Amino acid sequence: MLRLRYFKVMVGGIILAALVVCGLAAPLLAPFDPQEQRLESRLEAPAWLGGRAQANLLGTDNLGRDILSRIVYGSRISLLVGATTVVLAGLVGCFLGAVAGYFGRRVDEVVGKITEIFLAFPFLLLAIALMAFLGQGVINIIIALMVSRWVQYCRVVRGEVLSLKERDFVTAAKALGARDYYVLLRHVMPNTLASVTVVATFGMAIVIISEASLSFLGLGVPAHIPTWGSMLSEGRSYMNRAPWLTIFPGIAIFVTVFGINLLGDGLRDVLDPKLRRQI
Amino acid sequence: MNTIVRRIIGAVPVLLGISFLVFLLMHLAPGDPVMLLLGDDATPGEVARVRHEWGLDQPLLLQYWQFISRAVIGDFGRSLKFGEPVIKLVFERLPATVELASMSLLVAILISIPIGTYSAIKRDTLFDHAGTGVALIGVSLPNFWLGIMLIYFLGGQWNLLPVAGRIEYGIEIKPITKLFLVDSLLTANFAGFWSAVQHLLMPAVTLGTALAAIVTRITRSSVLEVMRQDYVTTARAKGLSEGVVIRRHILRNAMITVVTILGLQLGALLNGSVITETVFSYPGIGDLLIQSISVRDYKLTQVLILFFGVIYFVVNLLVDMLYTLIDPRIKL
Repeated sequence: MLRLRYFKVMVGGIILAALVVCGLAAPLLAPFDPQEQRLESRLEAPAWLGGRAQANLLGTDNLGRDILSRIVYGSRISLLVGATTVVLAGLVGCFLGAVAGYFGRRVDEVVGKITEIFLAFPFLLLAIALMAFLGQGVINIIIALMVSRWVQYCRVVRGEVLSLKERDFVTAAKALGARDYYVLLRHVMPNTLASVTVVATFGMAIVIISEASLSFLGLGVPAHIPTWGSMLSEGRSYMNRAPWLTIFPGIAIFVTVFGINLLGDGLRDVLDPKLRRQI
Repeated sequence: MNTIVRRIIGAVPVLLGISFLVFLLMHLAPGDPVMLLLGDDATPGEVARVRHEWGLDQPLLLQYWQFISRAVIGDFGRSLKFGEPVIKLVFERLPATVELASMSLLVAILISIPIGTYSAIKRDTLFDHAGTGVALIGVSLPNFWLGIMLIYFLGGQWNLLPVAGRIEYGIEIKPITKLFLVDSLLTANFAGFWSAVQHLLMPAVTLGTALAAIVTRITRSSVLEVMRQDYVTTARAKGLSEGVVIRRHILRNAMITVVTILGLQLGALLNGSVITETVFSYPGIGDLLIQSISVRDYKLTQVLILFFGVIYFVVNLLVDMLYTLIDPRIKL
């Protein structure tokens, strides 16, 4: 079993690393400019599927743009939105969760009421409502998803801190005269890292699917920026004639999310098996 | 009973808070809905008249107060796009979403509980590993892509199932509950029933897959935990057959966790219904929400979002009540 856990972490880690490399080195890896339109070779099937597109490994779209290059560049948006949202939502959620759990009483009550409002809503619907207000845009999508996702971190960290603050090492630190913020930062928070890492990993998979969903619905990133969700949405109109327009971006989303979920699964088993019930 | 009443009363400020936030978001959003409706050719006089008619020329707080005071008597205003009362539009579309969500839940339960239970019983066998792997794949599949692929293969290439809508054109079902499956059965309209089932299958599988994957994992771990309990050993020691032990002692106790997760995952079902309905042009409230956002019909959007919040709350309350049926030891 132990070997399986590490296998999951390794395979998931490799997929995530591939996504990072793809995103960072997109200009080097993409064979074409993702925006370059060649109307004379529109909707060309990949050569290995019996099509005429020799140079375009995954074919071309309705404007003659190279699908592979757009998928490679699309990974940038997934990575950017995924990583930034997870970090920001994690910071906000961990801060509020830690403060609520550690100080309790009124602070806990206020934070509890705020989380209650956010939890009263399915998170993607909240993100849809926010995107309807904010309009399309990479920063807007990060804000919308961050606002919808911080609650998960807040709940987990609050629960952890509530139990950690009763432990002997915290009492000892306080007895030695350490101030509250010092105890919280140096003694309590480092002990929540394992859980936060697991929540963040699963959170990243959810954020990447959510970004793709919002872009698919036309509420995400502006149309001129290649994203996996918007590629799927555009490709839908040509599905019978050119199924590769929808098949390949979907595979890209699936493999990425699968890899991150696998990593999360492995990390949870290795770092914090008790989270199995919560996630 | 008191707890239920207390929870309903406790939900009022939360729902008011949500309604105010949604109201603010819709009113502060960029883009003027009046201009969107009238077009660029509208004269300033026309624009002013419509703004006055809709009450948009009044202070924001007053507009919110009017919205809430009318909402409590069931008047949610008229849709800007459809020109009909918002509540009528919502209730016209709601049965379709209820039918889709119920069918998806059924799909999820039918797949997940047998696989999850069998995986736990046959722990660490090939079946168990395969089941866990399939569940991970199910969680990772974006449902809009799964929907598109089902449409392409089952609808387009193999022509097995209809790809859009709720029922075949030309088939009429006499509305009683407006749930096509129920109404067609009540009126013995079997052609209508079959058509409704065919139209529901792909959207329900699309929406139910992710839920099935999550519930399979939870069922597996929950059954494993219950199997370790002393009362299971006692039941076996009494000489009960394995089937009875699994059904009466293991599954019944494991189901509490499963029902909790099903309740918690209702949000995912609502999230997914918006996307699934869009993919399949399925005429439910999720599809209506995306339409209302795209034309900036803020009156319809705010009510729909609030409505989703209320459904979420009500179903979570029902799940809590269901616990008492599954486990009589639990009192609300």
